[in-house]
Amino acid sequence: MILEHFGRYCLLIHSLFLKPEKFSVYWKEILREMVSIGIGSLGIVVIISLFFGMVTAVQTAAQLIDSIFISKSVIGTITRDSSILELSPTIGCLVLAGRVGSNIASQIGTMRVTEQIDALEIMGINSSGYLILPKIIACITMIPMLIILSMALSIFGGLIAGGLAGIVSRQEYIAGITGGFQTRYLVIGLIKSFIYGFIISSIAAYQGFYTKGGALDVGKSSTRAVVFSSVAILLFDYIVAQLFL
Amino acid sequence: MIEVVNVYKSFGSHEVLKNISAQFKPGSTNLIIGASGSGKTTLMKCMVGLHEVSSGEVYYNGRDFTKLDFKSRIPIRKEIGMLFQGVALFDSMTVQENIMFPLNMFSDQSHEEKLERVNFCLKRVDLDGVNKLLPSELSGGMKKRVGIARAIAMKPEYLYCDEPNSGLDPKTSILIDQLIQEITHEYEMTTIVVTHDMNSVMEIGEHIIFIYDGELKWEGNNQDILHSDSPDLDNFIFASKFMQALKKNK
Repeated sequence: MILEHFGRYCLLIHSLFLKPEKFSVYWKEILREMVSIGIGSLGIVVIISLFFGMVTAVQTAAQLIDSIFISKSVIGTITRDSSILELSPTIGCLVLAGRVGSNIASQIGTMRVTEQIDALEIMGINSSGYLILPKIIACITMIPMLIILSMALSIFGGLIAGGLAGIVSRQEYIAGITGGFQTRYLVIGLIKSFIYGFIISSIAAYQGFYTKGGALDVGKSSTRAVVFSSVAILLFDYIVAQLFL
Repeated sequence: MIEVVNVYKSFGSHEVLKNISAQFKPGSTNLIIGASGSGKTTLMKCMVGLHEVSSGEVYYNGRDFTKLDFKSRIPIRKEIGMLFQGVALFDSMTVQENIMFPLNMFSDQSHEEKLERVNFCLKRVDLDGVNKLLPSELSGGMKKRVGIARAIAMKPEYLYCDEPNSGLDPKTSILIDQLIQEITHEYEMTTIVVTHDMNSVMEIGEHIIFIYDGELKWEGNNQDILHSDSPDLDNFIFASKFMQALKKNK
């Protein structure tokens, strides 16, 4: 059963790479999807990212409160590294799987059950290429950009929380986030967001594309898209951590 | 001309079409009729390649469609227009964008030329001035008309209509039927209509095939359908009390 799904998933991905009927039409679709996915997800990314940093700063401070040997600048360092390595790419993408993934699955699923995909096929259009490829390209370009923004906002959130709660001074926090910075953490965070962008869009598109039935089944496909892409994100989180850290 | 030769289709052990052979000539409305679940929609989907046949051939002017891969089918598919049962308009696009979509994909015409074609198609289906409306803003009958306009945008040689009257009132149904027939004659298209609507059968049935339980049971036209010697066709046609009374009075 799993192998059957995996085989169909691979065939679907393979079918995306047939020559586009008209590149200009595909290009317009890519730009439209980039706006929808990128700009459309900005709000949620800003909100969750600020809280990532605020919560991390407060919790780290809580654990260091009795220690007189550890500098408070560590709060900045831990907030920065947690945000770059894990919180923004992984937790951020889990949230995006809910927002972007469910949207892709329900959009394509609805097109399937209302015969719009059949209409594309009848016209001689590679329906998977036209519907899915722009979404995947938009996700693997926009999600890393959103994650970079998320990293910055998360670190900034830590600064706000530190100041508001009086747990760390601005100078100490900035010393913490600027000291001992490792570029490879940023690279690993971006690799993760690129992989997760592909996972979110392709799994959601697969679930939507093979929807059968009616409105109820579109909902089920949407749920499956979020669940499976979340599990895949966590699986690849572990694999990337093993490989690069 | 479309020719179907010994088309057989099964889903697992369930046989849906049993060696159906038929010819559909250009310039006439060809109807595939039968009860729900008889296999008529499956036959149409096999003919357009939405389902692959288990065995048999489908020829478009002598070209065997069933033996071609996706890429090789594209030239034939460009010659096919289709009106779906649920119309299948792209709901994120306006009426104009829907009709222009196949032109954008396959034609190198300028925007003005494409717009001219869109307006021509809309005028042909008596729907002027709805270019900027979304499908959700149209009535059922208007959606069908837009569906027909999109189907004929690429000047197809073959037009498929899957239950074009479903969800329409009797008067609008007749208008849609007449529109399909007019367009068929005007452009010399090979039109295939899948239906179980007896009004359509009597109105536009120039060539009719009757499918029962996956088998072709009867072939003829709307003039001789009421006098067929097929008991299965009789049961189908005279299912309602009205039709039974009509038969009795005759």
